[in-house]
Amino acid sequence: MTNKNKQETITTKIWNEIPEDDNPFAAKVSYCSGFDVYGDLLGKASYIEYLYLLFKLEPPSQNHALLLEGLAVALANPGIRDHSVRGAMNAGVGGSTHASALMAALAVGAGNLGGGREIYNMINYWEQCGTDINAWEQMIKEPPVEERADVWLAMEHAPGFDPNGASCTLPVKQVLAHMVNIGESDKLEWLQDNRERLEQFAECPLAMSGVAATVLYELQLSSDQAEMLYLLLRLPGAAVHSLEQEKLGWRRYPFFEDGLKLTNDPGPVKNKKIGV
Amino acid sequence: MNAPSLLEQYEDNWETAMGGCILGERVVFRGKDLFDDLGDSSWLELLYFGISGKYLKNEKLEFLNAAYVLCSSFPDPRVWNNRVVSLAGTARSTPCLAVAAATAVSEANIYGRRPDIRASDFVARGNSKHKKGESIESIVNHELKTYRGIPGFGRPLTSGDERIPPLLAKAKSLGLDRGEHLLFINKVQAYLKENRKRLSMNVAGLVSAIMADMGVTPKEHYLICILAFSAGFFPCFIDAEKKEEGAFFPLRISRVNYEGTDHPRIWGNKNE
Repeated sequence: MTNKNKQETITTKIWNEIPEDDNPFAAKVSYCSGFDVYGDLLGKASYIEYLYLLFKLEPPSQNHALLLEGLAVALANPGIRDHSVRGAMNAGVGGSTHASALMAALAVGAGNLGGGREIYNMINYWEQCGTDINAWEQMIKEPPVEERADVWLAMEHAPGFDPNGASCTLPVKQVLAHMVNIGESDKLEWLQDNRERLEQFAECPLAMSGVAATVLYELQLSSDQAEMLYLLLRLPGAAVHSLEQEKLGWRRYPFFEDGLKLTNDPGPVKNKKIGV
Repeated sequence: MNAPSLLEQYEDNWETAMGGCILGERVVFRGKDLFDDLGDSSWLELLYFGISGKYLKNEKLEFLNAAYVLCSSFPDPRVWNNRVVSLAGTARSTPCLAVAAATAVSEANIYGRRPDIRASDFVARGNSKHKKGESIESIVNHELKTYRGIPGFGRPLTSGDERIPPLLAKAKSLGLDRGEHLLFINKVQAYLKENRKRLSMNVAGLVSAIMADMGVTPKEHYLICILAFSAGFFPCFIDAEKKEEGAFFPLRISRVNYEGTDHPRIWGNKNE
């Protein structure tokens, strides 16, 4: 037991609670940025509107709600061959815990190639370049170089573009077109109008991450917020594909049996007996 | 633009010198037979060999072990990464999930992996500049001006670092206290003290310098540190799991210091 007057507290602008009369550890009312979550918001706000409120502390405009709704659908399943989803499926086929499947998806999907860090980096590009095509050209061709080492590697391609792509894929173009149609967004329109020039600078096509980063920037999220929300929005596909593969089992999942080529195999040890 | 030729080249084709298993027969580990060539290795030796392809023997291995033991595994459940483990224990999650999450959380800005890689990078970068003639003053001022801090110096919560004396004593006993990187970082420490800068060396700085003198690169140093906190995680989990569920540092509602919108708002009200 401690002196209540000296207790440390958690400071927040997001969440406030009123305790139950009989239990100081249980909330009777929970407020998110002033809205009574279970007494008012529930049943009125859509999931997307509540998600927006959590990040921004204000309800979205109709336009922003549509953009986030569209983005959430576009990102919900990155596809069965996506790196992050494959990470989750590897948990599934081995019968790993379900949390580990999502942790695998987050870890794999956090990086510079199609992951959360790519969003973070592209938002920083947006903040510095805006809709100035010359600034983008310079930024892409002469990216900033960090003097110090970091836990993150430097980008090996322009953020938001696919270094292994041949041309901009139909889904990327479809999502971008949808966002332009609903978004009333100068930035998204600019991206659509300048996509081919940007692709020439990057020497590779626009990726889904590039569209996502632009939408998140349009929603006025910081690079940190955008990275976090992107990580969150891509998890549903990882979850369901992991569950599906868990049911199907490892025998029906690629092991790449003939795919590994050891270049320095010392070979079997002579006279070695294999124990039983 | 690249056609997908790179991806086609790698389809079902992963060439590697890192290893693989010939199931039912043997395991190849970086070109060595795991059972025959490496079977007598300590776990730490194998860990370092896996990271670098090099063997760390005798006094260097002993120092690395000492760094793991003395510096990095405090089973204090208040420390943020350990607290994740304790929370998992109290919420009755699994220890594996807890340790995995805490290991990831240990890649933090104010402690753990980012200070590690930044310290080893600073030691290597700064020493290289110093050897080319740049003064300690100039190197220190560059870091302070550009990054508002010096990797390997300073510590949250407290200014001292209780881990330095025992580790330095160990390094001395092993003859590992005379390398150029340690000399460099000691010069930085002396300069900061003379100029009354409120920064003193932390253990990441010391370990980075000695590891650099042992021939460990900054990248290898970062990788070898990733599991360094893990021995402290397990006691925290066991402790929380043994106590009643939900018992770990419970927070009553009055512990929430709300600083947001204070008036109740109504969803859909146009004035909101």
